[in-house]
Amino acid sequence: MGTMLKIDNINVYYGAIHAIKGISLEVREGEIVTLIGANGAGKSTTLRTISGLLKPKTGKITFLGGNIAGRPAHEIVREGISQVPEGRRIFAEMTVLENLELGAFIRKDADGIRKDMEMVFRRFPRLEERKDQQAGTLSGGEQQMLAMGRALMSRPKLLLLDEPSMGLAPLLIREIFSIIEDINKTGTTILLVEQNANMALSIADRAYVLETGRITLSGDAGKLAASEDVRKAYLGG
Amino acid sequence: MELSQQLLQQLINGISLGSIYALIALGYTMIYGIIKLINFAHGDIYMVGAYVGFFAITQAQVSILPALLISMVVTGLLGMLVEKLAYKPLRHAPRISILITAIGVSFFLEYASMYFVSPTPRTFPEVIDNVAFHVGDLVINGQQLLILGITVVLMAILTYIVQKTKLGKAMRAASFDTETAQLMGVNADQVISFTFVIGSSLAAVAGVLVGVYYNSIDPLMGIMPGLKAFVAAVLGGIGILPGAVVGGLVLGVIEALVSGFISSTFRDAAAFAILILVLLFKPSGLFGKNTNEKV
Repeated sequence: MGTMLKIDNINVYYGAIHAIKGISLEVREGEIVTLIGANGAGKSTTLRTISGLLKPKTGKITFLGGNIAGRPAHEIVREGISQVPEGRRIFAEMTVLENLELGAFIRKDADGIRKDMEMVFRRFPRLEERKDQQAGTLSGGEQQMLAMGRALMSRPKLLLLDEPSMGLAPLLIREIFSIIEDINKTGTTILLVEQNANMALSIADRAYVLETGRITLSGDAGKLAASEDVRKAYLGG
Repeated sequence: MELSQQLLQQLINGISLGSIYALIALGYTMIYGIIKLINFAHGDIYMVGAYVGFFAITQAQVSILPALLISMVVTGLLGMLVEKLAYKPLRHAPRISILITAIGVSFFLEYASMYFVSPTPRTFPEVIDNVAFHVGDLVINGQQLLILGITVVLMAILTYIVQKTKLGKAMRAASFDTETAQLMGVNADQVISFTFVIGSSLAAVAGVLVGVYYNSIDPLMGIMPGLKAFVAAVLGGIGILPGAVVGGLVLGVIEALVSGFISSTFRDAAAFAILILVLLFKPSGLFGKNTNEKV
């Protein structure tokens, strides 16, 4: 399958801190690719650079053939990349419905938006029950669902997920991951950042391991999950 | 006049004055909401609004409603220009830099106005018939009705824009979390510009209405109402739109009561005493939330 996203030797700085030191990676159409690694390895920074919230100092990011490195976030989402940020970042003072409407901010096709809203409600029935509620009153799991639903409302080709399991109970984590698989099956390519490497490797096709701003290992997710090094470092033995 | 009637009369006066504060406070609070800046030049934007209205009426010979519209457009564009030239380059600078810049813009507008329109106060022309309506012993004059009517209409329009339109939703989203709003496709620069246009044009209306109410305008007229509107915004809870309106009205009524029952010399002292009390006992304001959001 064709390459959807290609990152070519990017370097990203936070002020004087060199956070990403020459990362290259690739996501092909239809895949689930995961970035795993310890806290502070640069996983979120990588996602934030793809979505345009950070600008790489050097390097190229190619999405569907066009260079998107350095373009502002509000334009990149129009290219078909949508991010579910770390910590969900829902608009707590707005209703569930308004959050979803904002997810469709870049679109003008009222009919299509309505259909996608129904699709999101089918996938996350609890959001429909709570659609007029302030988003800040939702539980952690519901907020994660809202953040994902909101990202889907832009009808992305590539969905970036940043730590979707963070702070959730194990049962909910399993539910969220099966929804991620399902979203992938209906045609959305996924780049997933996770600290929960076990879960991430279990649903991903391929994986990259990040350590202090560099990729140290990459390959087939199943093989990485079985490898001695990865098991020791990230999977608790 | 009986005490209760005097009280009602002061309420009427206070609500008129409070509407003016509310219109200015809305701009403070909207701008704070989106870029966390106390725009100390906002009172001077209001002054420019008064002058634009003045010249529209005296030079272009238009009546009050077109004068208000002209003033809104011109002053709104001025607000946008100030943001683009003075504040935008400092978007990622420390907060104190942009605050000091705002004070600089304030002085600039005051003294540039003195240069261009002279420091001498101007007499605002009488634009509506000087009528007074008597209800029992109470008196409501035409200017007060004009202020109230226009304020109510503008608040209704503002509420509609902020609550119902796509742009309003983008404004609310960006003021809650600018970065995430950008991920939705919201162009933060555009939303910030638009916020300055709206805030400044509301201040412009307040400026023209004050001209109509007090008949006199001068280049330093924005200082005191600017500070008072800031008090109103803090009283209601800075960043919260209904808070600015309620804060403005409460402040106006308290000032009117103090003038009416104690002495008008204490009026300003009362306003700033409120600021101190709010900051001491409820810094988040009447409508502010003390609890943190669930993460």
